[in-house]
Amino acid sequence: MPVTDAVKSELRRIVSDRGFRDEPEDLITHAYDGTPLLEHRPEAIVIPQSTEQVAAIVRLANDADFKIVPRGAGSGLSGGSVPVDNSVVVLLSPRREILEIDEANLTALVEPGVVTGTLADAVAARDLFYPPDPGSISICTLGGNVAEDSGGLRGLKYGVTHNYVMGLEVVTPTGEVLTTGGKAFKNVAGYRLHDVLVGSEGTLGIFTKILLRLLPRPQASQGVVAHFACLEEAATAVAGIIAAKITPAMMEFLDQTTIRCVEDFAKIGLPRDIGALLLMESDGHPAVVAEEAAQMEAICRRAGALHVAQAADPAEGERMKTARRSAFAALARLKPTTILEDATVPRSALPEMVARVEEVARRHGILLGTFGHAGDGNLHPTLCTDERDHEEIHRVETAFAEIFDIAIELGGTITGEHGVGLSKKPFLEKLVGPPGIRMMQDLKQVMDPRAVLNPGKIIEPRPRREGRLPNTQAEAEAMARSMMERP
Amino acid sequence: MHTESPSHSLDLVDQARRRASDPLPSAFQGVDIPRHGDIINCMHCGLCLPHCPTYTLTGEEKHSPRGRIRLIKTIAEGGLEITPGFVESMHFCLLCRACETACPAGVKYGELAEAARAQIEISGVLRSRKRSILRALLLRGLLTRPRLLRVVARLLWINQWTFQALARRTGLMRLMPRRLRELDALAPRIPGRFTRAMVPETVRPEGKPRCRVGLLQGCLADVVYPELNHDAMQVLRHHGCEVVMPRGQTCCGSLLGHNGELEAARRQARRLIEVFERAEVDWLVITTAGCGSFIREYGHLLSGDPDWAERARALAQRVRDISEILVELGPRVPTVPIHRRLTYHEACHLRHGQGIAEPPRQLLALIPGLEIVELPESSWCCGSAGIYNITNTDDAEQLLERKMKNIVSTGADLIATGNPGCMGQIQHGCRSRGLALDVVHPITLLRESYGLPGPPSGLLGRPRRPLFAQGHGGLGAT
Repeated sequence: MPVTDAVKSELRRIVSDRGFRDEPEDLITHAYDGTPLLEHRPEAIVIPQSTEQVAAIVRLANDADFKIVPRGAGSGLSGGSVPVDNSVVVLLSPRREILEIDEANLTALVEPGVVTGTLADAVAARDLFYPPDPGSISICTLGGNVAEDSGGLRGLKYGVTHNYVMGLEVVTPTGEVLTTGGKAFKNVAGYRLHDVLVGSEGTLGIFTKILLRLLPRPQASQGVVAHFACLEEAATAVAGIIAAKITPAMMEFLDQTTIRCVEDFAKIGLPRDIGALLLMESDGHPAVVAEEAAQMEAICRRAGALHVAQAADPAEGERMKTARRSAFAALARLKPTTILEDATVPRSALPEMVARVEEVARRHGILLGTFGHAGDGNLHPTLCTDERDHEEIHRVETAFAEIFDIAIELGGTITGEHGVGLSKKPFLEKLVGPPGIRMMQDLKQVMDPRAVLNPGKIIEPRPRREGRLPNTQAEAEAMARSMMERP
Repeated sequence: MHTESPSHSLDLVDQARRRASDPLPSAFQGVDIPRHGDIINCMHCGLCLPHCPTYTLTGEEKHSPRGRIRLIKTIAEGGLEITPGFVESMHFCLLCRACETACPAGVKYGELAEAARAQIEISGVLRSRKRSILRALLLRGLLTRPRLLRVVARLLWINQWTFQALARRTGLMRLMPRRLRELDALAPRIPGRFTRAMVPETVRPEGKPRCRVGLLQGCLADVVYPELNHDAMQVLRHHGCEVVMPRGQTCCGSLLGHNGELEAARRQARRLIEVFERAEVDWLVITTAGCGSFIREYGHLLSGDPDWAERARALAQRVRDISEILVELGPRVPTVPIHRRLTYHEACHLRHGQGIAEPPRQLLALIPGLEIVELPESSWCCGSAGIYNITNTDDAEQLLERKMKNIVSTGADLIATGNPGCMGQIQHGCRSRGLALDVVHPITLLRESYGLPGPPSGLLGRPRRPLFAQGHGGLGAT
């Protein structure tokens, strides 16, 4: 059922005229997120000013039978915020206030539209630390991070978003406002609902307030960069560092293709002829940092590194990190369409995974750039293609299907940090099996009986039973009457 | 029976494919069509968003580079007409090109946006008698006729010294309509002489000649900041350059090109190419970042013209910003101290349009006595943006406010910037806020610190005394 004019005027009533958009230019510019190839126009965009407005919109969706797609900055990489049929986008990026930074309890209470980097800077100014740092840290919103359970460069040592969510204010799929978790560090009262909601990709609730855990800011940090002739040597170095019981704050690798593209963009003096680059960082107490950095340097040398150096100052380390974050987009210098995945394996399997991904790309004749989080086994094989070349796109899809199979075979997963969304939905069942899919469908159906929140993401909606639920009070009463009258 | 549609994922991919393989007729026409390869080079990652001044003002995706490119793409593929909403989005853009600096994929946003603005003009959605007359008179008429421009500027100068001065002093100005007062505040102060009354066509180098450089006279810069041409000539000569400012130069076409008049811009480009080909220069040196950025792209502008494409590329390769050439030549060490606290504002078309960040800073750092404070958000647009402060005065004011706050935070009393448009806008910002700060082009500071003579001024045309340097003219000259 399309979103009728009556529904639109009701939406306008809820969010006021200035919170409502349905001009074609608005619909077109909310039809995509950061995911390649996906595009679908919503029927309207609403910008709620309060939690109550979000709840009212969701209730209206239940009554009037339209779908809701929550959206932050639209930087997602699995199609989580790409609109579906008959949907209204609920835009949360304008809700960008940091409500509280509690230095006594080390928590931050934020609205969902706060940009991750903004929070990181705000807490750093008070000598606190919010570790999750997705590649898109300068634009992505915390609401989106919680919905996708985003990771980042620091995953190995500091974990990912779910390790920092202490509580949530959520509008449920039926339009109720639920608060879960809180500032109490230990809390085992009932099911940990916010653990179900984190990573639910907008299918189980819309976050309106987020309570995040903070850490004290590490006193020191030291970057180390190492150049290798080939990826195997880099992998040896990574294994050596882990074996030496070092947990670096960051351990990123880039292959030659990626190095060249990143250098073309960032111009930070990376050599174009090396086979692999490792970017490492140690943080913590200055003495520990100095020792760990020296150890990592030595291990890289033993593994055969062509060149190893410690960053001269934190600014240089930061430049390196920024360059690394540009890797995904920089690969688009080669070919216009870059399809990036985030297959993740146990870290001991990473060298094998890298080799097999290269083999797949070679066999299908596709240009591959690989980079990723060496420390936590989170790989970003990126296939460079051209959306206009349909035959190649087909080969790319076949290649990814094989890559996911390999990841599963090696005991890993199809997505480490980007989420399933639309783009990895066809592969989820292979990973979790039919019972896994069924349980997810059951959960979705119990929480969102009318399938209004981001339906069709992660899992297929289960077909409803014969007949349909009543839409209005009057209909329900009529239905109830007819049931009563039945013999 | 009621069931959900089976699969969204594959539907969407299929739809996207169908669109790409079977495009509908597009509303774009003519030669200046945004190139599809450039359009799809944007992989909509969104990394440009926090760097876009207009997106930062409104928070609307359609006011971001990513959103604008998607609108262009949709029109190119036949999914949208050239609508008023599209026009609003494209004309709200400053063309500051900060997104290009931020874009890891190297998307040529500036070229796409210029082509889109040309398409808007072709489509005629904005056509109105008033607008057509204004554009014919001001853009295509005045800018392309340097002599006429100088006459008009002289009339403005007379007006500024007579009626306007009177109107301001008597408070008559307050009775004027708001729009007229806004424009009055923005209007630059016209100097008493223009370039031609300051410098000869050619100057011999000091010492052994190292190269022959051509100097761009500029159109608006010629009648508003002619001393820049004088100062550049002096400093280049001081570095062993034979400097020629050939007669017959016209506007480079940048203001035309940025405002959808690409055909008129090409006419200007051809004339300028001819002028500098005849002058046989090694380098074409430019003191105005906006012009430099545009001439560097002549190769693209004339790429569809087989007779001119190669000549355009050849001239474009000779373009050097004044700061760039001095660094390449190896700058001499200036000796006359300037005891001021200075901050440096990066002109968009220097930083983002030409990728020049360090050379001006390196040169300023050579000046003895100068205390340089880095400007926060130094490459954030000041709102001048060609004629943006005239066409979008309110938005430009918001950007200027942000710029002025940052400037004040540095505690500087001197602001250097390498583009006359920015100089005018920041001067306006200082005036309207009652701030006693000086705005200056780095080349003027260098000229003074080298102790080279100032531009002729006053009725007798005596060299102007240094405004910033401590010694007097000629002291440090060798």
